[in-house]
Amino acid sequence: MEAVNLLSSNKYTEKQIGYLFISVLVNSNSELIRLINNAIKNDLSSRNPTFMCLALHCIANVGSREMAEAFAGEIPRILVAGDTMDSVKQSAALCLLRLYKTCPDLVLMGEWTSRVVHLLNDQHMGVVTAAISLITCLSQKNPDEFKTCVSLAVSRLSRIVSSASTDLQDYTYYFVPAPWLSCKLLRLLQCYPPPEDGAVKGRLVECLETILNKAQEPPKSKKVQHSNAKNAILFEAIALIIHYDSEPNLLVRACNQLGQFLQHRETNLRYLALESMCTLASSEFSHEAVKTHIETVINALKTERDVSVRQRAADLLYAMCDRSNAKQIVAEMLSYLETADYSIREEMVLKVAILAEKYAVDYSWYVDTILNLIRIAGDYVSEEVWYRVIQIVINRDDVQGYAAKTVFEALQAPACHENMVKVGGYILGEFGNLIAGDPRSSPLVQFNLLHSKFHLCSVPTRALLLSAYIKFINLFPETKSTIQEVLRCDSQIRNSDVELQQRAVEYLKLSSIASTDVLATVLEEMPPFPERESSILAKLKKKKGPGAVSVNELEDAKREGGELNGGGERGGDTSAMAASNASTPSPSADLLGLRPGPAAVSVAPPSAGSLLVDVFSEGPAAPSTAVNDDGFLSSAPPPPAAVSEDPAPPLPEAEELLNKFVCKNNGVLFENQLLQIGIKSEYRQNLGRMYLFYGNKTSVQFVSFTTTVTCSVELQSQLNVQVKTVEPLVEGGAQVQQVVNIECLTDFIDAPLLNIKFRYGGALQNLTLKLPVTINKFFQPTEMLSQEFFQRWKQLSQPQQEAQKIFKAVHGIDAEVVKAKLLGLGTALLENVDPNPENYVCAGVIQTKAQQVGCLLRLEPNAQAQVSLNSVNVHVHTDTYTCTSAHTIHNSGLKIVRFLDSLVR
Amino acid sequence: MQFMLLFSRQGKLRLQKWYVPLSDKEKKKITRELVQTVLARKPKMCSFLEWRDLKIVYKRYASLYFCCAIEDQDNELITLEIIHRYVELLDKYFGSVCELDIIFNFEKAYFILDEFLLGGEAQETSKKNVLKAIEQADLLQEVRLTCPTSTPLYACFLLSCSFLLSSSSH
Repeated sequence: MEAVNLLSSNKYTEKQIGYLFISVLVNSNSELIRLINNAIKNDLSSRNPTFMCLALHCIANVGSREMAEAFAGEIPRILVAGDTMDSVKQSAALCLLRLYKTCPDLVLMGEWTSRVVHLLNDQHMGVVTAAISLITCLSQKNPDEFKTCVSLAVSRLSRIVSSASTDLQDYTYYFVPAPWLSCKLLRLLQCYPPPEDGAVKGRLVECLETILNKAQEPPKSKKVQHSNAKNAILFEAIALIIHYDSEPNLLVRACNQLGQFLQHRETNLRYLALESMCTLASSEFSHEAVKTHIETVINALKTERDVSVRQRAADLLYAMCDRSNAKQIVAEMLSYLETADYSIREEMVLKVAILAEKYAVDYSWYVDTILNLIRIAGDYVSEEVWYRVIQIVINRDDVQGYAAKTVFEALQAPACHENMVKVGGYILGEFGNLIAGDPRSSPLVQFNLLHSKFHLCSVPTRALLLSAYIKFINLFPETKSTIQEVLRCDSQIRNSDVELQQRAVEYLKLSSIASTDVLATVLEEMPPFPERESSILAKLKKKKGPGAVSVNELEDAKREGGELNGGGERGGDTSAMAASNASTPSPSADLLGLRPGPAAVSVAPPSAGSLLVDVFSEGPAAPSTAVNDDGFLSSAPPPPAAVSEDPAPPLPEAEELLNKFVCKNNGVLFENQLLQIGIKSEYRQNLGRMYLFYGNKTSVQFVSFTTTVTCSVELQSQLNVQVKTVEPLVEGGAQVQQVVNIECLTDFIDAPLLNIKFRYGGALQNLTLKLPVTINKFFQPTEMLSQEFFQRWKQLSQPQQEAQKIFKAVHGIDAEVVKAKLLGLGTALLENVDPNPENYVCAGVIQTKAQQVGCLLRLEPNAQAQVSLNSVNVHVHTDTYTCTSAHTIHNSGLKIVRFLDSLVR
Repeated sequence: MQFMLLFSRQGKLRLQKWYVPLSDKEKKKITRELVQTVLARKPKMCSFLEWRDLKIVYKRYASLYFCCAIEDQDNELITLEIIHRYVELLDKYFGSVCELDIIFNFEKAYFILDEFLLGGEAQETSKKNVLKAIEQADLLQEVRLTCPTSTPLYACFLLSCSFLLSSSSH
């Protein structure tokens, strides 16, 4: 409070301290803000430049929304007024900038725009310097409105660049004319494409050339400040040249200049040159020029003492890599990895993996590179990297033999990384036969080699190895007894880990019972993976941080990850499916492979192949239930569903979703991140047809997509529901349609349940909704006159024929809304029937196969009862034209009342 | 520029200026993290580093580190010279400035900074003009200081400012 008093003081010292206090210590939410604003307002209108500046500084320092609200209108006026002092203008410009950054919605330039732009022409350099920050920020947001600034900026820049170092007096900094302003002008120009006007463009190119020329001139001072200021302008000019990306001559010159800096003794310059060259490398005009510096950059990677500089060098190598130098760069990066800082290793690994794949001419080089990568920096090799090498090996049969040989050799090292064991297990399990001819890598040798690593590995790797073993039994029948021995030993078959135990038990059983043919089918070689963007690339983008990547890409990355992890895919339930899978494999095909084929589905519950997947989505099935010898031997179709795949209980919101559709026939029934379900339905008499639209909102296929509609036992006798089956694959972004035919046999209360199951990225999605079929859908509206209505109303007065409920209308009573709802309910809304115009009266006949039920309805809103709580009194009288038990009629009536209850809510 | 920090070689914060709204907790966290990072760097290393999604530009003058956080598209070298110009201004004003000047006359350091940078952007790069503005203000102040009633209040607020500033730096 005292501080606020100080503000209103006429004494400068007191005012100044008051402002300091407030700038430093007052939070924007302070309750004093109104008093403070008042004091500021006085100072702003005081016409005393010193006081005005103090006030503006304070606004800029606090920069709260309240301040913006109070002063955003005033400050532009001060800024452009002719009689404002220069120093006040400077403060006003930056003060406005700060408010604009806080609340862009409150700062409206509109009419001031052109006068603000013309501040670029101001006599006073300080005013231009301050104004240009404001203009740059505004131009970024509304480039069109500020377009005129381009030519002004170019002429200003040209004047500065061509001026002698003494012309600008105190705005010359260590012999460099107006370095801050020059940088800002160049920065402003980067908000726009190259100028269209030839003269302006020519002048600008001239400026840029002058700046590049000056870099070659001998320095006017030995001071680091001189070179820093000069080079700051140079780098900003290069950034503009790169931004335009249209002047090959300038681009190459820029590149050469940066090349000189690469060997400069100033670390700062080397750092900036590496950084700037990274962007140059992506321009087609300068890519080749950048490549000429490869030796220097490699040298920087090896010898720089500062890790942040080495990081830039690695980035640049990555950016300048193409087919011609890939082998050299990858080799250098690999050798650097051995000594690289821990903080950048993972990113380096990803980059090497990407380059190796992108520029692989022969895939044996690629395999070598990745195996080297695992050998050198195994801990930093993320799963995406080794998934990818397996995908590629599986998809290219020319490299499979080589891969098997190399990985076999790599595994012989006394200590090898677990990732190597994973790749080894997978590849030998698939392609071990390709090198089995050599006695040094005979089947048994291969097996013993893998098994020697087994005990050192984590559970997921062990599970993978077990799968490799069962593949061995198929590839090499001679290893069968050895492997069975291994599987049979207590440490496997009684392993405390459920997954391992289950695999051991199942594989043992499989190997002893199945005939060779069955085994060969079950353990067939993996089908090729579909081509798609490397998941590693996505991961790298993700690592680059949120600044560099849009949310979409991030999501893609996540999805890719999910997909790859999707080991639990059960591609096909029938052999036909398996065959079709081989030709058009699903993107989420089981990477860990060894997916039990058709017959084995009944043997191995889905979790068997799904090590890396979250097993919890399905719940580990007990091994005992999984072994189903009968189904397996007779190759009968698999049991309808494993225990864990029972339909989920209806969603908690199912009832609410159902109520949404009481009065309408079309709309979106359900939506989550993956799936959208839309409904269109039509009803005639006692028949209905419903179209369900399942939309896949992701870019990934849904597999094993099944839907079932079930009716409770009671409902089965009341409602006849027929569903057409849908295709089990729903492509990313696609929509499938399903037709449901409904016949109403007699009145009913429950709604049928709709269960949807599919696999997304390996995880089973299971959800149950209520199908919005309600008794009122079978209403046929009936018109009748007042007299007739009340005559019938009175006839239907037995207790079973009447249902009544009083409830509160949550949203108030709006006549139009209620009318629409009642029509939506399916009844006829009878006008001029009830003597009380407030009341609504409806009549309709419910059409069922067995009977027709007449139904009269009266809704009596009571708006007066309480001010805020409107209540509605509904009577429903039901009648039957054919004979039926009073009980169900009463139920129907109650049901309708319930619907009304829900609809008014 | 998003913020500027001045801290000593011992990691004591001497001046802080934030140009983006942040909570006190966040400010403390950032300060702690940056002071540690910068102090750990060796003298010959480059003056720029990537930190979160910002670029940090720092320079050491005697026992004081000046450290600025700028955005991705901002120019590192010119920021380095902003630091230098600020040091020059302090130096000129105090006459070969030292850490103690800033500790005892922190309000002057803030006033000079406000004249030079506002809202994170350069307001006036001319050394002469900035110092002129400050001197004018001082002139007004000297005249007023003779007025006896204002002195206790002035001192009292300086004290409380200084107390709160230093407490927020820990």
